[in-house]
This record gives sequence, structure tokens and C-alpha cells, in this order.
Amino acid sequence: MEKNNKVIQVEGLTKLFGDFAAVNAITFDVEKGEIFGFLGANGAGKTTAMKMLIGISNPTSGKAKVAGFDVFTQAEDIKKNIGYMSQKFALYDDLTVRENITFFGGIYGLSRKRIKEKSTVLINELGLEKVANTLVGALPLGWKQKLSFSVSLLHDPKIVFLDEPTGGVDPITRRQFWEMIYKAANQGITVFVTTHYMDEAEYCDRVSIMVNGKIEALDTPKKLKEQFNAKNMNDVFLKLARG
Amino acid sequence: MKRFIGFVKKEFYHIFRDKRSLFILFGMPIAQIMLFGFAITNEINNVDIAILDHSKDATTTEIINKISASKYFSIKQMVNSEADIASVFKKGQVKAVLTFEKEFSKNLIKDHKATVQIITDATDPNTANTISNYVNAILQKYQKELNKDLTITYQIVPKTRMVYNPELKGVYMFVPGVMTIILMLVSAMMTSISITREKELGTMEILLVSPIKPLQVIIGKVFPYIFLSVINAVVIVMLSIFIFNMPVQGSFILLGFESVLFIISALALGILISTISATQQTAMMISLMGLMLPVILLSGFIFPISSMPMPLQVISNIIPAKWFIIIVKGIMLKGVGLQIIWKETLILLGMTVFFIALSVKKYKIRLE
Amino acid sequence: MKTILYIIQKEFKQIFRNKGMLPIIFVLPLLQLVILSNAATFEVKNIKFGYIDNDHTTTSRALIEKFNASTYFDVLTDFSSEGFAKSAMLKGEIDVVLDIPNYFERDLQKEKHNSLGITINAIDGAAAGVENIYVNEIVQNFNQHLKVDLLPLSNQQIQPINIDTIPLFWYNETLNYKTFMVPGILVLLVSMITLFLSGMNIVREKEIGTLEQINVTPIKKSQFIIGKLFPFWVIGMGLLTVGLLLARLIFNVPMLGSLVLMYLYTSIYILVILGIGLFISNFTDTQQQAMFIAWFFVVIFILMSGLFTPIESMPGWAQMVTEFNPIKYYVEVMRMVMLKGSGFTDILPQLIKTVLYAIVMNGLAVWSYKKTN
Repeated sequence: MEKNNKVIQVEGLTKLFGDFAAVNAITFDVEKGEIFGFLGANGAGKTTAMKMLIGISNPTSGKAKVAGFDVFTQAEDIKKNIGYMSQKFALYDDLTVRENITFFGGIYGLSRKRIKEKSTVLINELGLEKVANTLVGALPLGWKQKLSFSVSLLHDPKIVFLDEPTGGVDPITRRQFWEMIYKAANQGITVFVTTHYMDEAEYCDRVSIMVNGKIEALDTPKKLKEQFNAKNMNDVFLKLARG
Repeated sequence: MKRFIGFVKKEFYHIFRDKRSLFILFGMPIAQIMLFGFAITNEINNVDIAILDHSKDATTTEIINKISASKYFSIKQMVNSEADIASVFKKGQVKAVLTFEKEFSKNLIKDHKATVQIITDATDPNTANTISNYVNAILQKYQKELNKDLTITYQIVPKTRMVYNPELKGVYMFVPGVMTIILMLVSAMMTSISITREKELGTMEILLVSPIKPLQVIIGKVFPYIFLSVINAVVIVMLSIFIFNMPVQGSFILLGFESVLFIISALALGILISTISATQQTAMMISLMGLMLPVILLSGFIFPISSMPMPLQVISNIIPAKWFIIIVKGIMLKGVGLQIIWKETLILLGMTVFFIALSVKKYKIRLE
Repeated sequence: MKTILYIIQKEFKQIFRNKGMLPIIFVLPLLQLVILSNAATFEVKNIKFGYIDNDHTTTSRALIEKFNASTYFDVLTDFSSEGFAKSAMLKGEIDVVLDIPNYFERDLQKEKHNSLGITINAIDGAAAGVENIYVNEIVQNFNQHLKVDLLPLSNQQIQPINIDTIPLFWYNETLNYKTFMVPGILVLLVSMITLFLSGMNIVREKEIGTLEQINVTPIKKSQFIIGKLFPFWVIGMGLLTVGLLLARLIFNVPMLGSLVLMYLYTSIYILVILGIGLFISNFTDTQQQAMFIAWFFVVIFILMSGLFTPIESMPGWAQMVTEFNPIKYYVEVMRMVMLKGSGFTDILPQLIKTVLYAIVMNGLAVWSYKKTN
């Protein structure tokens, strides 16, 4: 029973670029419905690790299972069960809001009817009714990010991977964004999120901190603060990053 | 100035880190010169022809031997009937069929007259016409041999002297054109795409808000391409001198000066294109369809301008490449100096100034 | 299948939304077809001709008159000395100079044999060869007249042997060069547009980051590729259609063969080009790079295609190389079918090679497209 709840299981996962270990034998588990924060300085290996988990980068060695599928042999099965939002905005600027939703719904194999229903719900929830037929390129960044997140949930994935989803957006939008994340988690979707903002780390159920390709700390924010004798996550991070 | 140098350095890094593009940038002129020098020719030789010989006698055999001995033709097959001609043409196996009438020798002896039909596949009219002329020439020569007993009277023999390219090498004709195309490609096309790329990726804004002046940004961007173009021009000239023994009769300095002038005009065109296109794709298609094709086809590179219809001859005047090709041919092959090509140089200079002025104006408007 | 439709739909929307590209895809190429077909000619006419007449006799004037009457030569100037003629040639004002020596007529009558100086600007070697043929023709013709005019009758009674040549120009009796070039230029445009668009398309998504988003979806490689390429296949076929209409309506190019055959061949040919475009796309990181590589190959393919210059004149090794050139086959097929009415069996060898090419290129393209790095 316990075992079945682990939707991500990683053991000694490594990625080498030549001699350089971008990700150096990391090991961790993520449980169903958890909001798992994946922290680290720039270049610590967060994005590389995430790319291995979502099946677009081949690991050099180690073991990893995502949604019950092996990252080495079943990458395409993983893709059916996960959503992904990259740090670079990756919807089509030259398509409208509705067209983007239809397109991504289509390639995830949703039926026309389902896409229609989903689009309506999604557009209403995001309050995008007025701009539903506007080109996405013309929307403000915050709206784009929220849309991007909703699109990644379109096919009801088991896990959603968010790569610095709130980079460059205003505090109000960030707040709304986290509300969306909580809502998703309440529906049983596991959220795997990387971020730079340490206040956001506080919102996570558990947090891992990567330094130079290794996971140096992994626990709930509360325990981490105790462990490092710090006021907040920011101090935890600074202590770790400075060694 | 220091900032500017830093900026130019960044541009060089961009270009030199991209090994694939760099390889092509220098591989292309070499490959093209080699192709034009060794493979491509607009002369006609080794044409596959077929024979339909209705008499099969001594004379026709002799004529056939003469034709097959010529470097222009190789006899691919014999056809048996008129009806077969269409089918060999349709398969594209031969370009011409020579038909000897029945009793060829007999007619020649009895009537002093016999007929050969030269049937050509004139889908390629130029080749067809040339084949026809060559066969005719071979037959004329043979006829003269047959008539050698008759005293030939009143003969004017033209003594032809081929100047500037006595061996009629195709590569002499093509080198100036290849040089023009490569310079155009590197200067105009690559510049327009590289500037549009910064626009598309949003990095242009960053550069424009930096303390570097807009003009410096543009100069910094085009500078590496000037450098690459010059190297390319030098490589092309070296190859043509050392591999194809092509002379440079005129002054190297003048050639260099004119090349730089042309490069600058092409760069200005590139900047102009970048100001009117929003995406790299648009810039590329405009450079390609609006610049490269006209340069290849209307500049006199491959096709003689004087044979074109009047409107196109007029249009060809606004193409800088036309003037540059005249200049390069003049300097390299005819050995002329500025006293002869001052007019072309002045036109090129005028165009360059015009393009620069226009692109600066357009560029400013865009910034406001 | 349904997934593919979504991609196709998206691609078409993006293409038609890009207002800058539309005219470039459809209008510019056709404009090119009209202009370039007129420009691309190896015919040598309007030759810039000058002469130096040192003799000033009836014979010399009669000879010049012959050149004047010829449609090939534009008789430009009468130069008073060789020096002036030479400088005019340096300036590019004339390409052929006829130099009639002193006492031309007197010597001809005395010795019955004389020579003429012809100087030809041979930078364009092929044109120079043709100009030489024209000059010789005119002089030969002039010789014939001299015989008739000047020979005593008794000499003419021995009848020389005469081999008559009758040139017959099939498929293009008037030797209209446009008939030859229009199908060629059409091939060039269809190939270039489809190659460049497809070559840049996937790299573009790589560059703006949307390709990664596609790669994390469960879409199959082949679905994605077919969906991406299909719109360009349609554009290629559309270009062919409009091009054929223009060829017929503006240039009056004959279309002897079957349209079905042309469309069949083109539909397979475009697959080859799209496969090449995609292959390039997979090995490049930026559109600039992709375009550059595509341009490199296109130029070589075009030069080696027989589009402008005859393949048979190339050396053996170069002819071998052209066997791997898809554009060569397309040029051949279009000219054969349009101008000669060649049928299915006539173009079968080209068709088979093209089908093989399409299979290999698209196989390579799908294989080299990696969703996972």
C-alpha cells in the first residue's frame, strides 16, 4: 500500500556531460498528491534532473520510475501521465487561447467534445473569456503562465512538472498561481516544482535542495529549518549553498 | 569604443562557435568554384545521338565514323525506323537522330546530291541548335574533301582571335559570378537574418537600451560579416589563380577596393531587409527570392543580359551585382583600370550610398 | 490519425496568419517564374558588333552589309582604327570586331584567297563559340555570292557534290527558349520553397521552445512529422498548379503529356524534398544554420541538375554525382512529360529512383528526429 503511493521513485540517477556530472546520483521519492519543491541555485542541475524524469533526456545511469513507468524504457508511457510547463513560455504565440487549448488537447488524444468542454471550463476559471480568441502573444506574461499551467493539466495527468513557473510574474499573480497549484494537489495531482523563490518553498509539502548536482537536503520546510537552525527557508538555502 | 569592441567580439563568438555554419561559409565558395571549374559547362559535348541509316553504304558509314570521332557526339544507338525516333526521344535517351536517305551513295554519285536529316530534340533549343550546327560543320568538311579536285575559288577565310579567354574556359566566365553570389549571401542574407534573429528573440531590445548607440549596434553586427566576406573573396580569387590558372591582369588593390564597396552595398541591403521583416523566416525568404535569384539570373552571371527582353535589360541596371560582375571581369580578365570602369564604380558607389541612407532612415523610424 | 489532423490544422493556421510570409510563399515565386523564364536564355543574339574598314571598297561594304542584315548582330560602330576598337572592347561596348585589311578587294581578285581578322571577347566561352559560328556562316554565305558574281561561267559547269542537311527541330520548332526554361524554373521554385519552409519549420519550434513542450507529450514521432510536413506538401502542390496555369496562359508552353502523371510524380518528389528539409532541421539548432545548409545543398543540386547547363557535357565523375540529385530527375520528368508527352513507362526509371529516395530520406528524417536526447 505504502509503495503504491510513491509516484516518483529515483535512485542514484546520474547525467554526465562528458566528464561533468550535471546530476550526480540523486535519490528521492515523491508521494501521490504531494507538492514537492525542487530547489537549487542556477546550474545546480534542477532542470537536467527534471528533463530526465519527463522523458526528454536520457539518464547516464541510475534508476527512476515516474507514474510507475521506467524512464529508460517507457518514456512514452510516462508522457501520457504527466504534464509539463517549461520555464520558457512554450505555447504558440501565433495561435489564440482557444486554439492553443484545442491543439494540445488534440495531441494528447482528447475527443473533440471533451476539448470543447474543457476549454470552456478552463477559460472561465482563468477569467479569459474576453481574450479567448486573442493571439496568445498579445497577453501579459502572468496570464500566459496561468494558461500554460492549465494547458499542462488538460489531459488530467497524475503528475505535473513545473519548471520555475512563476519566474518574472508579479506577486499577486504568483499568489493566484499557488492557489491553482493547491487546487490541483487537492484533486490528487502530484506537483513537482522548481523555484528560485524561497517564500514559495515554504508552501511545499517537502523540499529538496540541490547543490552541484547532488541533493544536499530533503525534508519538510519545518524540519529543514530546525535542522539548519534557520528562521526561514532563505537562510536554509544560503547556509547550504555556501557550504 | 571599448564597449563597441566588446560588442564586436560577441558577434565574432556567435559566428565562430557555430562550426557547422562556419564550415559551410567557407566550404560553399570552394565547392562552387570547383563545380564550375571542373563539372559545369555550358558548352556542348559528348551529346548522345542515334542514327537511322536507310542505306548502310560506304559513304554513310564513313560519315558516321567521322561523327563518332568528333568529341561533340557519341553514338548511343541505331534506330530502325522513323517510328522509333519519337520513342527514343520520349525516353530522353538521345538528343538527336541523324537520318540518311535511301541509296545515299548512289544519289551522291548520280545526282551529286544526297540528303541527311538532323532531327533534334528541341525541348532544349540551345543544345538542339548547336548540335545542328556541329553536324552541319562536320558534313561541310566532308563535302569539301569530296570536292577537293575542283578548284576552289574566291575564298575569304575568317581568322578568329578569341581575346581575354583564348581557351574558352567556362570557369573564367563563372568566377566573377560565384564571387558575387557568395559575397551577397554572406553579406546581405546572413546579416539580415542575424539582425532579425535578435529582434525575434528579444535580445535586440536589450542591446538598444544598453549605452551602446544604435548605429554602433548595427555596425557591430555587420562587422564580422565584412571580415568573413573579405576572406571569402580572397579564397575565391586564390583558388581561381592557383587551380584554374585564371589571370588577374589588373590591379589587386583595385579589385580589393571594389569588392569592399560591393560588400558594403550588400550589407546595407541586408540591414534594409531586416528593418522590414519581423521574423527570420521572412528575412530569409525576402533575401532569397528578392535578392539571390535576381542576382543569379539577371546579373549576367550565367545568362547574357543582351539576349534578354528589353524590360529585363532595363531592370538589370538596378541590380548592383550586374555592375560588380562587369567590374570583376574587367579587372581580372581584361586588365582594365579605373579609367575604364569608373562609370560602373560610380554607379555601385551611388547605389551603396543610397542603400545605406535608406536603411539608416528605416532603422530610425523603427526605433521611434 | 486524429492527432495528425490537429497538427495540420495548427500549421495551416500559423502559415495563413503570418501575413508577411503569404505573399512570399505564393506571389513572389510566381512573379519569379514570369521574370526569370524570360531572363534565362543561352540564346546569343543582339551581339554587339563593330568593324574597322581599312579598304572602303564595294566588296568590303557588301561584306559589312551582310553583317548588318543578320538578325544576330547589332552593327554598332565603324571604328577608324584598331586602337579605338580595342578600347571599346575593354569598356564592354562591343564583343565582336571585324577587321577588314587594306587592299582587301584588290588582293582577293588577284589571289582569289584572302583572310579577315575577327576578334571575339571570349570571357563567356560558350557565347564566343556561337558568335564564331555565326561569323563563319555569314562569311561562307558571302563566299558563295562571290563565286556566282565573279566566276567565269565555264568554271561553274563542273557540278560540285552536295550533301544537303535538313535540320528538323522536334517538339519546339521555333526554338523558343522559354518553352524549355519555364518547366525548369517551375521545378526550381517548387523545390526551393518547400525545402526552405520545411527546413526552417521544426528548427523554429526548437528555437522558440515549443518543441520541448511537444516532446513531453505522448505524440508519436511519425504523427508529428506527418502533421508538420503535410501543409508544405499542399503548398508545393498548390505552387505547381498555379505555375502550370501560368506556363499555359502566359508562356503558352505546350502540355503534351498527362497532367495526372505530372501530379503523381510531383507528389512523390515533394516528399523527397520535405524529407531532406526535415533531416536538415534535425541537425541544426537555429533557423539561420538550417537555412544556410539548405541553401548550400540547393545551389549544388540546382547547378548539377541540368536545369541551366547540359549534364552530358559534364565529366564522367560529375555525371555520376548527378545520379544522386533529386532535382535532376524532377527537371527531366517535367520537361519530358510537358514538352514531349512522355508517358508512364518513359519516366518509370526516374519515378522508381524518386520513390526510393523518398523512402530513404523520410526514413532518415524520422530516425534522426529524437524526442529524447
